[in-house]
Amino acid sequence: MRYLPTSDAIRRDMLAELGLNSVDVLFDHIPEYCRLQRPLNIPTGRSEAEIIAWFQQAARDNAPGFTSFLGAGAYQHFRPTHLDQLISRGEWFTAYTPYQPEISQGTLQAIFEFQTMICQLTGQEVANAGMYDGSTALLEACMMAARVTGRSGIVVARSVHPQYREVLSTLTKPREFPIAEAGFTPDGRLDLAALKAAVTAETAAVAVQSPNFFGTIEDWEAAAAIAHAQGALLVAVIAEPVSLGLLPAPAAADIVAMELQGFGIPGGFGGPYAGIIASREKFLRSLPGRLVGEARDSDGKRGFVLTLSTREQHIRREKATSNICTNQALCALMASIFMATYGRQGLRELAQQNLSKGAYLASACQKAGLEVLFPAPRFHEFAVRLRRPLAAIEARLHQEKIIPGLSLQRYYPELGNALLVCATETIPRAGLDRLAALLSEV
Amino acid sequence: MEYPSNFRYTTEHEWVAPSGATAKIGISDFAQQQLGDIVFVELPAVGTVLTAGQSLGTVESVKAVSEVFAPVSGKVKAINDALVKSPELLNQDPHGKAWMVEVELTDPAQTAKLMDAAAYTKFVAEAEAH
Amino acid sequence: MAEINDNLSQPAGTRASRHLVQNEDLLFEVSSPGKRGYQLPDLDVPAAPLTAARADIPDFPELSELEVVRHYTRLSTWNYGVDTGIYPLGSCTMKYNARVNEHVTRIEGLGDGHPLQPESLSRGALRIMRLLSDYLLEITGMDAITLQPAAGAQGELTGILLVRSALAARGDRRRKVLIPDSAHGTNPATAAIAGYQVENLKSNPDGTVDMSSLDRQMTGDVAALMLTNPNTLGIFEEDIHRIADLVHERGGMLYMDGANMNALVGRARPGDFGVDVMHLNLHKTFSTPHGGGGPGAGPVAVKRELEPFLPIPVLTQKATLDYDRPQSIGRVRAFYGNFGMFTRALAYIMANGSDGLKQTTEDAVLNANYIRKKLEGHYTLPFATPSMHEVVFSDAQQAQHGVHTGDIAKRLIDYGFHPYTVSFPLVVRGALMIEPTESANRQEMDEFIAALRAIAEEARTQPELVTGAPYTTKIRRLDEVAAARQPVLRWKPKS
Repeated sequence: MRYLPTSDAIRRDMLAELGLNSVDVLFDHIPEYCRLQRPLNIPTGRSEAEIIAWFQQAARDNAPGFTSFLGAGAYQHFRPTHLDQLISRGEWFTAYTPYQPEISQGTLQAIFEFQTMICQLTGQEVANAGMYDGSTALLEACMMAARVTGRSGIVVARSVHPQYREVLSTLTKPREFPIAEAGFTPDGRLDLAALKAAVTAETAAVAVQSPNFFGTIEDWEAAAAIAHAQGALLVAVIAEPVSLGLLPAPAAADIVAMELQGFGIPGGFGGPYAGIIASREKFLRSLPGRLVGEARDSDGKRGFVLTLSTREQHIRREKATSNICTNQALCALMASIFMATYGRQGLRELAQQNLSKGAYLASACQKAGLEVLFPAPRFHEFAVRLRRPLAAIEARLHQEKIIPGLSLQRYYPELGNALLVCATETIPRAGLDRLAALLSEV
Repeated sequence: MEYPSNFRYTTEHEWVAPSGATAKIGISDFAQQQLGDIVFVELPAVGTVLTAGQSLGTVESVKAVSEVFAPVSGKVKAINDALVKSPELLNQDPHGKAWMVEVELTDPAQTAKLMDAAAYTKFVAEAEAH
Repeated sequence: MAEINDNLSQPAGTRASRHLVQNEDLLFEVSSPGKRGYQLPDLDVPAAPLTAARADIPDFPELSELEVVRHYTRLSTWNYGVDTGIYPLGSCTMKYNARVNEHVTRIEGLGDGHPLQPESLSRGALRIMRLLSDYLLEITGMDAITLQPAAGAQGELTGILLVRSALAARGDRRRKVLIPDSAHGTNPATAAIAGYQVENLKSNPDGTVDMSSLDRQMTGDVAALMLTNPNTLGIFEEDIHRIADLVHERGGMLYMDGANMNALVGRARPGDFGVDVMHLNLHKTFSTPHGGGGPGAGPVAVKRELEPFLPIPVLTQKATLDYDRPQSIGRVRAFYGNFGMFTRALAYIMANGSDGLKQTTEDAVLNANYIRKKLEGHYTLPFATPSMHEVVFSDAQQAQHGVHTGDIAKRLIDYGFHPYTVSFPLVVRGALMIEPTESANRQEMDEFIAALRAIAEEARTQPELVTGAPYTTKIRRLDEVAAARQPVLRWKPKS
């Protein structure tokens, strides 16, 4: 097997040094009934060419070459080519968690820079080195709010990503955190009156997403005021980080839970992505996940090191702030390189292009006679009402190699035949025109 | 290290220094040595009512966290802000400047049941032998 | 600069050599206003206005593309990866990350797929998940599996939540989980998050389960025993059938932490020795890259009784997605899991095949035993019990000279190696946990052994040399105490 850096001759030699005539002796102490007495029912080892051919066939059975208008928590943005080239350096992607700082300064400095950029973008004071994704970042943020306030109630806007809310529900059930939902108004925004009614003196976290699942922009300040009036913390959820290039940072939030996928992480059928938590310095010790801090060595040189590890599972064990160990470091590195490449001006221009594409498509749909739900200001995503259910028109669109968006039927049946559509900088004007024409035609 | 004779000590290495109806509480020199360089101290809020044996806070070094248990029952009257600001005080002066909380004793008689300096010194010597 | 005899600080004739490595400041220090690293196509639609736009992103970096490439290239040269050399971290299974895995993951139609694409347009992705699932079930001997959890720790949580639901369905809610004191920290952290009381199960000195303690502690209030097998000392639980029987007799379930599967694949299957639920670490046993700390993936495999509770959506035998699962625990993360890790793990299994997987396990165990034999006597072996894929020594002999496992690890760096795992498991005082994996060739293992022998000698004759190491790295030991007392967790502009 080509990965194994040895040969039968060397194996025999090593066994001889151990005074053994067979490697089986090293497994002899495993009780007989535990041992697998047959080969695994898996084909024998394949060549690279065969493996690649198999996967290429699998790729052809997806939708290569389609134009997709899907958003809903995973966004298509152009990934600068040097991103993959850089992270494919073995020193990045084959390295371990930087527990030995003297030989991991690359990883540690990159995380320190990452933490800084996240703070700059979100207007918060401290950020961790990443969580699994936006959905689990939301969960961890609510748990953090519970630790900080000593309360257990969670109020979440119904316009927060439905899968994020499912995760929140699943992972809080064991410790019985009560969750209440606050609905949205006919203009697709969080119903502030409903929020006010739901938030009580028992509420630890109020979770609001902006742009929300419908692409509509929410008012962080108003939500924060309602939360703070009851001593609860505002958890700002951001599923599309590119929006921060142009939209106001959630400085009024106490904790930010953000999905990083839009920053150069491949859509890849849903993962791996990366999430982050950013917050105020005063909540530092309740922050889950790894933190990298600046330090000096014995010669006075600046370096970086994992710090405040006593919050984490390997020391605190059952009292840890989270059970997280492996996070999404390489994906966070992709996001770092993306952010560094676009930079201060680029993120703004990128966000501006996305905003404009979304606005153009919405306008084109309206001109084609389609109803665009929710007139409120949006980023690049919006909901449009179809004349017939998506299932009835989908085949036609697929024939045109178009995936038109996500039917909202499963998560928001009250909206009728609504379709969630996203237009990013990757789709040319002609593609936007084509979609509007087809949707009104079918 | 001379353990102050007017203090009383627990098997978890906390000390109590009674002063009439109130007492200061801290952790012993042995404890701080075991922990190493202290980086953070977490103390309860003023007004907290503690029961003997209950956790009143934590002490952290880089690689470990230790809970601090109330040696006696009482209501927290004051906490040592200077210690919170400069956790290294605990390494420098564990029996003096690094006191942690001051309590109004619920039952002053509880203190007498704890080890005195001589008993504690012996206890520490046995612990170190292991 | 510390006065160190240069002849000694970097040992001659070893894997370590001197070479120029460059400094590189922080992005924000290299940044300069007006520099640009990107170009977007011209906007082909009218620019839309936004009334409430943010002001700016203060102090956000501005670099050219070349400067970005140099920055991340220079930083990478300060790291050490599996590509660099052997990486003997115990329980991490730092094996070769094959490039074909990277290639197939990026094929157009796979790497860029959207998770919410219609099923009819995702047949290939679903087929990948189905085949991987089938292979993992064959390897583990279990009945059903979910690929959703994002990492081992999330897999543990998912597994314990499945147990919780299954026991509730039996009408038998229990409040405790038993965890051996040799366990990885994620185990008790997970159990606590799942709403259980953690009870420590006293191990035998060698980390194996003490049957009399188990007998005493396995009550009708214990939902599960969380076991790692082989345990964190690399030792197989020879009593596993008695353990499983006892747990089952008392109405509980046996959870296995699959972190050490590299010792078992192709030779033994947890499903055959009484495990009810287990997680796998694709980033350990199945070679998906560690990436500096992640991503990973933690699939959870179960016996039939737990199948109804699996997270939604469940991948059916026909590779379709089933959301109609009334007893499901729900969802543990958005979408399907770390799909990019599935492609990599599947490519790994295909490349190895049944023959290669078995050979891999045998090489991993042979290598660990080889190192054990050659370091015996130089370092204290706490237990005579056979090691499997990893071996744990203690620093007892060196500690007599004031040299501890952490110091030895730092000195090993000067010899050109990444350290082993320091101070874990907690049941061994001053542990050195070494897992060479199958990705260690004999020559490098001999060099590694020679280095550790030399350091053992240094510990005896020049302990300060060891306690002051490393000398040859870009930075020396950092003051972690000061870093923790006054945390500086981000760059700030000089005001």
